[in-house]
Amino acid sequence: MNWLPIVLLGVPLAGAAALIVPSRLDGVARGRLLRVHGLAVSGITFALSVVLAVAFDYGDAARMQFETDMAWIPGLDLRFHLGVDGISLPLVVLTALLTFLCFVYLGWGDAGGPGQLLRPAPGGDRPRALVFTLLVLEVGMIGTFLALDLLLFFVFFEVVLIPMYFVISIWGGRARRAAAIKFILYTLLGSVVLLLGLLLIWAQTGTLDVTALARAHGTGMSRSVQIVAFVAVGIGLAVKTPMWPLHTWLPDAHTEAPTVGSVLLAGVLLKMGTYGFARIAIPVLPDGAAAVAPWLGAFAVVGIIYGALACLAQRDLKRMIAYSSIGHMGFVLLGFATLTPVGVNAALFGNIAHGLITGLLFFIAGAIKERYGTADMPALGGGMLARLPHLGSLLTFTCIASLGLPGLAGFWGEMLALLGAYEPAPGLSRPLFLAFMAVGGIGAVLTAAYFLVMLSRVTHGRPVETVHAPALAGSGPAEEATPSEYGAPLPAGTSGARSIGAGIDTVNSVDTVNSVDAGSSGAGATGSGGGATGPADESDSGGKDGRSRLRAVGSGDGFRDVMRHELAAWTPLIGLILLFGLWPKALLLVTDPVVRTLVGAP
Amino acid sequence: MIQQIDYYAIAPPLILALTAGLVLLLDAFLPRKPHARAVLDGVTLAGVLGALGFVVSQALRDGPAMRTFCVPEGLTGPARAGLGTLAPAGGENTAGGPFGAAAGPPCSFVVDGFTLVFAGLALVAGVIVMLMSMAELSSRDIPVGEWYFLLLCVLVGAVTLPAARDLIMLVVALELVSLPVFALTALRRYDGRGSEAAVKLFLVSVVSTAVMLFGVSLLYGMTGTVYLDRLARTLQASVPWSVEGLGRNQAIFGVGDPGQALAQAAGQTSSLPAHTSSLQIAYDLPPVVSVAVVLVIAGFAFKVAAVPFHAWAADVYQGAPLPVAALLSVISKAAGFAGLILVLVAALHSQIATWAPIIAIIAALTMTAGNLLALRQRNAVRLLAWSSVAQSGYILAPLGVEAPEAVGASIAYLVFYAAMNLGAFTVVMLVSRWSERGELDDYRGLASRSPAAGLALAFFLICLAGLPPGLAGLFAKIVVFREIVDGGGPWLAIVMAINTVVGLYYYVAWAVRVFTPARVASADVPVTRETEIAVTGETGAGTGHGGAVTEAGAEKSSGDPVMREAGAGTGSGGAGTSAGTGGARGGWLPVGVAIALAGIVAVAFSVAPQLVLDLVPALFTASR
Repeated sequence: MNWLPIVLLGVPLAGAAALIVPSRLDGVARGRLLRVHGLAVSGITFALSVVLAVAFDYGDAARMQFETDMAWIPGLDLRFHLGVDGISLPLVVLTALLTFLCFVYLGWGDAGGPGQLLRPAPGGDRPRALVFTLLVLEVGMIGTFLALDLLLFFVFFEVVLIPMYFVISIWGGRARRAAAIKFILYTLLGSVVLLLGLLLIWAQTGTLDVTALARAHGTGMSRSVQIVAFVAVGIGLAVKTPMWPLHTWLPDAHTEAPTVGSVLLAGVLLKMGTYGFARIAIPVLPDGAAAVAPWLGAFAVVGIIYGALACLAQRDLKRMIAYSSIGHMGFVLLGFATLTPVGVNAALFGNIAHGLITGLLFFIAGAIKERYGTADMPALGGGMLARLPHLGSLLTFTCIASLGLPGLAGFWGEMLALLGAYEPAPGLSRPLFLAFMAVGGIGAVLTAAYFLVMLSRVTHGRPVETVHAPALAGSGPAEEATPSEYGAPLPAGTSGARSIGAGIDTVNSVDTVNSVDAGSSGAGATGSGGGATGPADESDSGGKDGRSRLRAVGSGDGFRDVMRHELAAWTPLIGLILLFGLWPKALLLVTDPVVRTLVGAP
Repeated sequence: MIQQIDYYAIAPPLILALTAGLVLLLDAFLPRKPHARAVLDGVTLAGVLGALGFVVSQALRDGPAMRTFCVPEGLTGPARAGLGTLAPAGGENTAGGPFGAAAGPPCSFVVDGFTLVFAGLALVAGVIVMLMSMAELSSRDIPVGEWYFLLLCVLVGAVTLPAARDLIMLVVALELVSLPVFALTALRRYDGRGSEAAVKLFLVSVVSTAVMLFGVSLLYGMTGTVYLDRLARTLQASVPWSVEGLGRNQAIFGVGDPGQALAQAAGQTSSLPAHTSSLQIAYDLPPVVSVAVVLVIAGFAFKVAAVPFHAWAADVYQGAPLPVAALLSVISKAAGFAGLILVLVAALHSQIATWAPIIAIIAALTMTAGNLLALRQRNAVRLLAWSSVAQSGYILAPLGVEAPEAVGASIAYLVFYAAMNLGAFTVVMLVSRWSERGELDDYRGLASRSPAAGLALAFFLICLAGLPPGLAGLFAKIVVFREIVDGGGPWLAIVMAINTVVGLYYYVAWAVRVFTPARVASADVPVTRETEIAVTGETGAGTGHGGAVTEAGAEKSSGDPVMREAGAGTGSGGAGTSAGTGGARGGWLPVGVAIALAGIVAVAFSVAPQLVLDLVPALFTASR
């Protein structure tokens, strides 16, 4: 019985519960209270996680520490069993940190910036519901990393579904409804399969205790049972991770989610899948893991290549980052598939690095989208380094980190995963893994390629005046470009501007066709006098471009560069990326002892 | 011979029956004053609560199961005819089975853990239905006395049924649950839908009863006894003649049955071959027994709305008054399952190899059909009707595992389901006061109109979907999954897994409607920017399909987060039940109480599911 893990879960839960109590404050005061509330609760949680990290006995990282073990549902053998060891500690801290930074981002300063969904505007974005949802989400995420009981793990694994669904479907972008439904159905299907796998383990061994099961190293389960269980558990986790053929929910969800949703989705939720591999699938089912590892590796490298190629073809910044996650998670899975200490360490390192880097990338992409009103790369038009030097440099830095430049955090995960594949665990086919390594290496090159292509398109070049409705343009009204409104069909009657726009930049208008929803075809049709739908679409988009371009020109170069609340939220991530890039041992020392016991290596 | 009757044992149904008579008398003789209805409300509620009190006191009592209406000592003897003659005679030899009949004469009415769970469930559900009825009766032209009389009759049946331990009593109790419901359904005068529903229900129910009676009579004809424990003994005794039957039985009962009777049963079965001769092998279970089993299952399948006898559900639920729909979905269903479990597990457990696969297939079909049909519904009650068909499938699933202990999972799921589904019905009842139609779209903005009701409905729906924070539903599903995985029904587990996902879709889609702002109906409602734009765009385009403009505009705004958070916040002060009086003629407080009651139970089940697992009779919970 240790109070720390319980408090770690209890604080955000209590914080969320406190929000259910109705308040009678007026809009502005309540908005301020909410911002403080969110900041305080997540801040306390983060402080507790730091306490956890400080009090952790690093000399004995393999041992489960801060254990709490209470009976909850004896009828199901379900125990409230929490604990922390070397592989869960970094993830707990990462989760608390990212949630805290999200609240910092949302509520820092006067919270009047775009993307600060807690802004005090009357009839704003339901700030109370957002704070509530994010806090519940935090409970689920931290709980998943703390749980040491198979069913408890599953319960927390499921807790995140509904909040994330609401985050996407309420505060998301234009196609949010479909993306949210896809997200929840897909992941739920995964989790049900996961549940079947967990119950199979339970039926065979009669215990739900993860530590006991890991110690047993699969005794009590025949090889075939282990394989079946590993496949079931693996599919459930792979949907969440996501692994290549099961990834299709991810691009939509990431693209449509609001900034904080994307950050938590990429930074933490994906880690729940990979953490499951390290905590349950591999240690509990070693025979199953050994049998399925080649397949896992194969899917992983396909994911790496697929993710990279898909990235090359993307034109939406957020969608590109989402696909890059698939590639990075491919490296993580490849690390797991080697079943060696090196590989699993690489996977866990890559996990954390990806959480930091991609979290930051989504923050920056969100900031870009809010400034330009679009994340469509051709529409962004290049020259960001000239127009928004700080934001452009941060984007460059993060992309470089993500493509795995040595000296930054992204490098070690990929390098060590490939190294692990060079010498896979005994029993695995070495030539096969060498092939995986080679393919993974090509994938790493492609990763660099798409990030550099993206940078060359967005940050370099001359700033062209082809910018969409600028959210931050000087005196422009703040509601001009909230994500939900962007792309809503504009009133007809801009035919003059439309013709100019279409005349000047037809390429641009074609680009935006993809992102114009069906409703606009009507508006377009009016403008062009009832022409055919396709061309009408284009001309309408052109019209929009033209109009906004006119305004952009009219209001001058009024973009604000990185703002205070953004800087406050991003600086810690930048620091950690540098820290783990320059001193990877800091993380590897924590995970290594556990990994050695988990894979049964000396 | 004089039978000793244990009045304490039969107190719950007795009280209910007496209250029913009293209500009818009061209705006839009380002056037609406004307070008359209140008197009837109070008397009925007191009767139900009194019966519930007796059930609780029986549950708290230690000691062996109470048995009454037993065959007098002098009359016990070997069963008369049929296969019974083949059984090694003797009242002391008890066949095992989860209901482990104790030594002694067969009894018709037994109060044990199983009885108490189902009786308690029926009565608590009865209280909630009562509360819903008060609102229904206050706002509609329905004869009060008759309504309460019929309702109490249903409860008498529902309480008696799980205690019944002979086929005749079982059938009578089941009919007592069914018959008054026809009248209740049609009690709303001049309501075409209600009458249609009543006729449908009547026909389906009568046919199912006939089918079941046929099966029951076959069983009686085969064994010469109507008592379930004797039936079990007789059938059991005739099975082990075949070698694989012997092995099977030992395997079944050797698993986890804690009862002492079990050891005896095992001993008995293993000693049986000594009695046998080659002649008796010829008598090895005639196929008629299988026919009887199938017919009995078919009869109960009607009651629980299982495929292929599910088609009546939606029309009847929709046509019936809401309290009756709730009653059908919980009390009737629970009674049907109680009967099914009693017959299958207490009487026919030796035939498990025959009925388990049938039930498994029915369960898979039921959950699939229910979910697929629910996907297409636009009406709240119809959706609940089909979803409750799907839930029936989940409840049936553990019965499809060839291990009698798995029944515990069915009972546990039923208890969870009752709380969640009743809760959903109570909120639907509350919403019916704002909108008669009960379309799903009428639920838009419920969370801002009445936050308490909105939150409660979302919680019940997410419970039914089986996701956190609705932990009750999640654990219910885990309990069922556990038995299926453990019992080795991989295909059933996979079918159920897919169904869980399908079910989630419509539950969550409904829950989301609760939180999305209401449709923008008229111009004076503050139109959001996006709506404005959309409307302009549409008009400009000149698509002009009449209402299409507002439809599209509303559709856009429906997902718009920028909507009256302020309204939601300030409105949250007033509880959902006390707010607003427009249109309703008062009397809605009971619905609020019912929502609160169901909500508290559902939350309690979520936080401490062990409560339910503890309720499940110890005989059923497999000792692991």
